[in-house]
Amino acid sequence: MSIAVSNLSFSYGKHAVLHDVSFTAEDGMLINVLGPNGVGKSTLFRCILGLESRYQGSIMVNGKDIRSLSIKQRAREISYIPQSHAPVYDFEVIDVVLMSTTNDLPSLGVPGTAQLERAYAALERIGIAHLATRTYTQISGGEQQLVLIARALAQNARTIIMDEPTSALDYGNTVRVLSCVKRLAREGMSIIQSTHQPDQAFLYSDKTLVISKGQIAAFGPPKEVITDKLISDLYGIDVEVNSLYDDKVRVCVPIIDLEEA
Amino acid sequence: MITSSNKESGNGLIKTPPVSAQKNRARAVLIALGVLMIVAVAVSLMLGRYPIPPDEAIRMLLSEVFPVTETWTDQMYILFFNVRLPRILMALFVGCCLAAAGAAYQGTFQNPLVSPDILGASQGAALGAAIGILMHLGGAGVSIMAFAFSLLSVALVLLISTRAKGNHVLVVVLAGVMVSSLFSAGVSYAKLVADPTNELADITYWLMGSVTGSTLEQLWGGAPNQPIGVVPIMLVGLVMLFVLRWKINILTMGDEEASTMGVDARRVRILVIFAATLVTAASVSVTGMIGWVGLVIPHLCRMLIGVDYRKLLPASMLMGGTFLLVVDDVSRLATAAEIPIGILTAFIGAPFFLYLITRKKKL
Repeated sequence: MSIAVSNLSFSYGKHAVLHDVSFTAEDGMLINVLGPNGVGKSTLFRCILGLESRYQGSIMVNGKDIRSLSIKQRAREISYIPQSHAPVYDFEVIDVVLMSTTNDLPSLGVPGTAQLERAYAALERIGIAHLATRTYTQISGGEQQLVLIARALAQNARTIIMDEPTSALDYGNTVRVLSCVKRLAREGMSIIQSTHQPDQAFLYSDKTLVISKGQIAAFGPPKEVITDKLISDLYGIDVEVNSLYDDKVRVCVPIIDLEEA
Repeated sequence: MITSSNKESGNGLIKTPPVSAQKNRARAVLIALGVLMIVAVAVSLMLGRYPIPPDEAIRMLLSEVFPVTETWTDQMYILFFNVRLPRILMALFVGCCLAAAGAAYQGTFQNPLVSPDILGASQGAALGAAIGILMHLGGAGVSIMAFAFSLLSVALVLLISTRAKGNHVLVVVLAGVMVSSLFSAGVSYAKLVADPTNELADITYWLMGSVTGSTLEQLWGGAPNQPIGVVPIMLVGLVMLFVLRWKINILTMGDEEASTMGVDARRVRILVIFAATLVTAASVSVTGMIGWVGLVIPHLCRMLIGVDYRKLLPASMLMGGTFLLVVDDVSRLATAAEIPIGILTAFIGAPFFLYLITRKKKL
């Protein structure tokens, strides 16, 4: 079992963010987390990553209680892909990837040839080895996101958490990044990512976890979970789910704009 | 220019990662900086009213340990060991420390514009020195007061930052600014109550910063009134920074990302701050305030060999030492009366800083 969350509750002071959340994610599964802004998706991720420890309930990653692991041990089980962002300094792409190989070094160690080859192999696996010597701050947002995915791979953890990986990307880069993520799940990685697009959940998830007001509203295969009613209730707008290509793909369409046309 | 090669490995072909031109160059740049430092030392020995030839200097050094035929005059011997050598070593070590501390702070605070005294180390030292001068503690006593107050001010900053909410990095820097300004008000008050005929002049001169009058006892300790020198303290800090150089790279990505990559960002930051504060405090406690070295040298090194702290930190150490030594040569030779080195570093540093912030490329 990649991730097992049971009875997770979390609050910032008196403000309850998550209430009694339980779900399990099998190995090699791609899970999309869907829900409006501020329902606790990021908090859920922070708890799973071990960045928050003042929660009730338990979180097991690859069978280990995340709270009982050291920072270094945690990094061996689970890696994190943040939204692409501009760091202050102009590191080379290969050095950015190399950073995540630190967790298997002795505490004062400096990466050597083995780590360098691992970082390069991660870039090759994502298909961006040609970027290795480029400056990270000077490549496109989509490329930066792929570099961060390579960095997570080089960390050698089996589980990956991605927080809205495509929110700042254009359409082409969004598709490229999500296809890459799907391929990694097929290759055996367990991936949990949050998204704002129900359409993306149809295309790129094995299971969809819907969070509403700090609780799980639904969890299961996207075609079973994402319905007209659920999305309409979740976001407070009338939405119709439609089927395309003999139900190979489904899409959400806001009805209000159809009627005006 | 990118070079790539393939090598045969046990289970097939493993691609060797390509190496960028800048990285290929880095080792050569580091060696060049080392050579430059040696040349600067040799030239510094030769400069002045009584030049000391470098070969004589080496023979005199060797004569301390091995029996060497005396080819030098007593005057040269005294000048070498009591004046020139301590001064050269002091400039090298202080420059090295300030540049290393600056580079380290710039990394841990993810801000290329911070300098070694961002956490109040300089202002703390200044207040300590001013109090020491008012109490007539003498040279060594003033240094100890400066060192203690320097550490005190940084400890105060860190204590405040643990109590405050919000962005940790921002809070630390803000607390540093506040504590600095508090201590600098203290210095102003000390000047106000100082005896204008001697104490005030001493305080003012201390604030200008200078390596004049450095002694071997100041450097290594071992004298009755100076049991501990600054060099052992500096070496502790420099070694700590050097072994943490890879972790500083990861800190520049931010605390939470560092943490998900297995690095305890807060602990590493505290260690880096401790080491950088130690070397800064040791430096300013004996030389007074020497600004700009810690800000400018790391930037020059970044332009030369890139942002990777594995190379940047040693490069900053080498270049910082050489830079301060050369500036000190100028300060003692440019005019008949010596110009305090702190004034010269500001004359060079401030225009360079203006160039940095006005040029088009990102800092």
